[in-house]
Amino acid sequence: MSTSVILDCRNVWKLYGAQAESLLAQNPAPDAEMLKEAGVIGAVRAANVQILKGEIFVIMGLSGSGKSTLVRCLSRLVEPTAGEIEFDGQDLLRATDAELIEIRRKKMGMVFQQFALMPHLTVLENAAFPLEVQGVDRATRETRAREMVELVGLKGREGYHPRELSGGQQQRVGIARSLVVEPDLWFLDEPFSALDPLIRREMQDEFLRLQSMLKKTIVFITHDFDEAIRLADRIAVMKDGVIEQVATPEELVRNPATDYVAEFTRHVARAKVFRARSVMEPLTADSFAGEVAHDATIEDIAAQVEGADAPFRVMRDGAAVGQITARAVIDVLVGRV
Amino acid sequence: MSRVMPYITRNTVFWVVLFALTWLLSRNSFALYKALDARWIIRFPKKYELPLEGWISTFLDWLVNTANFWLFTFRDLTRAIAVVIEVPYQVLRNLLIEGFQTGLGEQAVQLAPSMSWIAVIAVVVAVGHYARNWALAGLVGLCFLYLAVFGQWESAMITLASVLVAVPIGAVGGLALGILAYRMPWFDRALRPVLDLMQTVPVFAYLVPILILFGFGPVSALVATIIYAMPPMVRVTILALRAVPAEIVEAGRMAGCTARQITWKVLVPSATPTLMVGVNQVIMLTLNMVIIASMIGAGGLGFDVLSSLRRLDIGGGIEAGLAIVVMAIALDRASQAFSERKYSEPRSGNVLQRHPWSGTVVLVVLGTFILGRFVPAVQTYPEALTITTSPFWSAAMEWVNVNFFDTFEAIKTVLLKGLLLPVKKFFAGIPWGWGIIAVGLIAWRVNGWRLGVMAALLMAFIAASGLWAKAMVTIYLCGVSVLLATLIGIPLGIWAAERPRAGRVILGLMDTLQTLPSFVYLIPVVMLFRVGDFSAMIAVILYALAPAVRYAAHGLREVPEQLVEAGQMAGCTPGQLLWRVKLPLATPQILLGLNQTIMLALSMLVITALVGTRDLGQEVYIALTKANAGQGIVAGLSVAFIAIIADRIVNALAEGQKRRLGI
Ligand SMILES: Nc1ncnc2c1ncn2[C@@H]1O[C@H](COP(=O)(O)OP(=O)(O)O)[C@@H](O)[C@H]1O
Ligand SMILES: [Mg+2]
Repeated sequence: MSTSVILDCRNVWKLYGAQAESLLAQNPAPDAEMLKEAGVIGAVRAANVQILKGEIFVIMGLSGSGKSTLVRCLSRLVEPTAGEIEFDGQDLLRATDAELIEIRRKKMGMVFQQFALMPHLTVLENAAFPLEVQGVDRATRETRAREMVELVGLKGREGYHPRELSGGQQQRVGIARSLVVEPDLWFLDEPFSALDPLIRREMQDEFLRLQSMLKKTIVFITHDFDEAIRLADRIAVMKDGVIEQVATPEELVRNPATDYVAEFTRHVARAKVFRARSVMEPLTADSFAGEVAHDATIEDIAAQVEGADAPFRVMRDGAAVGQITARAVIDVLVGRV
Repeated sequence: MSRVMPYITRNTVFWVVLFALTWLLSRNSFALYKALDARWIIRFPKKYELPLEGWISTFLDWLVNTANFWLFTFRDLTRAIAVVIEVPYQVLRNLLIEGFQTGLGEQAVQLAPSMSWIAVIAVVVAVGHYARNWALAGLVGLCFLYLAVFGQWESAMITLASVLVAVPIGAVGGLALGILAYRMPWFDRALRPVLDLMQTVPVFAYLVPILILFGFGPVSALVATIIYAMPPMVRVTILALRAVPAEIVEAGRMAGCTARQITWKVLVPSATPTLMVGVNQVIMLTLNMVIIASMIGAGGLGFDVLSSLRRLDIGGGIEAGLAIVVMAIALDRASQAFSERKYSEPRSGNVLQRHPWSGTVVLVVLGTFILGRFVPAVQTYPEALTITTSPFWSAAMEWVNVNFFDTFEAIKTVLLKGLLLPVKKFFAGIPWGWGIIAVGLIAWRVNGWRLGVMAALLMAFIAASGLWAKAMVTIYLCGVSVLLATLIGIPLGIWAAERPRAGRVILGLMDTLQTLPSFVYLIPVVMLFRVGDFSAMIAVILYALAPAVRYAAHGLREVPEQLVEAGQMAGCTPGQLLWRVKLPLATPQILLGLNQTIMLALSMLVITALVGTRDLGQEVYIALTKANAGQGIVAGLSVAFIAIIADRIVNALAEGQKRRLGI
């Protein structure tokens, strides 16, 4: 599957402090103690991440755990202290300034926690900004930006300035701006954390809607585990600059690699995470009450399956791969598995 | 802690002992000198004085006459600078007052008249409307109408021409330096001490070398003005760029901006509102300095004030002074409005529909241009219709002096005898050797030995320059003025903070006081109290009052609501609330206000040399009249050193207080 790795980050370190460089030169893998002794902050330590084409990769961790630093290393907004990053077959850390500008202009987009809109530009001008700096002519870039603004549901507000918009609307502009160049890789650094819970939920739905249309490769940062499991194909859990575990939401809940991850997943509603395929059993029944998709969450199918007399067939690519019983669903719902 | 005996700390002991020693030495220094026959006790020995003055003068001579940088001489450089400034200045003068001509003297042929007064007013009204709304447009228009009706038009336009040349150069130069400092840390480090010094060296001090380099005239005045007005713009630019949220810069980088695009498409536009605050400062400082620089040939309103003061023409002085005030208000309000301006939707349609106001203005300018050829009143405001208030002011002053002379005299005498003279005697008596040690000790006590050594060295420089006596006069006048300004300002600030309605009036008044060029303050003071230390003190107090009031009010208002509520719940009376809760918490702010007050007082003191003080300001002023650059710079540096010591000490006090309060 290595062909579909779009971004490959190997053993990346980011240390802050006067002695950061010399410390790593002496010892390529210092532990937390040694960093502390040297008065160095280990914002990111020995990070290994492979982002696959078309997936939503979520980086999850508490505030200060190094998520923002890691994602900035991936886009080289922050210069890593050590490590290797390969993007689309190109060595990102050896790219010249000009090459880097070209990569960012054509292949990357980013959404920021505090929206980071230019205060002096209108909604339309903000959305068109990445095209403007590339020197695209006004008519073309405004047509393109208009499409984006419409896509994120802000049609009619093209002439507004950021301060005239609500937080949710501002972030929609931020999303429009980051998508206007049709990037291959889309970074979102806690895009919904500054929003009220209700708006946040709405924006998550909106995000999933967009992704179902656009099918981008996404690196999504959040400190909210519920958000992570709602959106993620895979999750990397970070703590103190170290990636504790990279796994699907379901694996994280089933097999937490460390106590820290276990602490996080303990209170997660299993039904939101578990998929039909992972609680199904071999096909034995003669008759079935219906069919469910193999990747449907238990939460989604619970009412249906639990209320039926017969098991449901679990379907994958048009073929039945197993069956799921009311009993299995209830086990998940009450937390017996 | 016992309540009966006020607790005595080592701190108190230190201050009491230091003061007592100083006082004893001050009282007996003369007797000591007689008894020991040691004149060096009270006077720094002449033969050890630093010959700095001579060095500087020689250096400037060399610079002007022989310095050569490979391709061009220093003189070429100053000439080039002069041209860059002179050409736009002359064009503006032609445009605003003189009209465009060819030929000289008798043969002069007028090519085009200057802009008519109506056209100028139309332009400023349009600017006011563009910056905010009709109310501002009306205010600015009225201010300029005032200048026309009250016969100050020509001088005002000369002043305006200077401002219009100096402001773009100062603002753009400041912006450029600020951007460089933002992008290159080493440049920032190199620039900072220069900025510090430029802001503390009194303006007169660099008038002298500039005079030598550029000669008497508007160019010198403009060069001095630009040097004076630029440092705040540099500082504001650095602050404004740093305050642009990191994420916005990152958004720019992720959009693929080049370094240049980051600066011009991201940083500068995002920081524009703050940058406009800097431009406002540049404008107000420019006006202030253009007025002062009338002494070296700027002409305009400042020159009118100066010559009236010299002729003791009371009415004329007040008239020109009021014109300055009016102009200051117009410029301040308009430029402030720009910094608060909302981005507005561009209009659509044809050229006139898109720019209705610019269109109208162009029409008015052209219209009055043509009409002015036939109707002179359209071109220049008719002399016959001007109103002069000069006789009125003269009469009013006369009346005040006749009726209140005794009262003023009495106040003056009481303050002189009770406060000024004793303090003066105290400072004058301190032997220079002990003075250096005492200042060092104070600085050490407040902020450690580094500051102590630095302060002592700076004071030693002053003594070694032979300026100790004059420096003591400066310190005494500054001290008394700051004391009184604080005693008046802090209660006003408290009042403003506690009573919102009074607050609006007081703070509004202080805003206006701060926008007035320092020169203006001399006028009423001289008229009422004539020349001398007392007049100087009053002018300094008026000029330096605003920050004391503002910072006190600000500090009190910033006290967290919760702490006030906690105090109320604990049963504090309003008085206790003020003294026990609010004032202690506001002390750091109040100290910062004190710092500003001292800085303003020192800068004003130099200007009050014009009303006859015998301090460092006078030394600088004498140097200016004799065009002795060395003398001017050494005295100017001495003032700057006093300012720097005071600044560091007061700032350290404020920081200490903040730490103690945990904020
Ligand atoms: N420029 C910097 N200088 C020093 N320390 C930094 C810098 N940026 C981030 N850090 C530190 O790195 C750690 C990780 O920060 P960050 O990546 O912002 O965390 P998160 O985004 O997960 O909240 C924090 O301890 C932070 O203090
Ligand atoms: Mg973060």
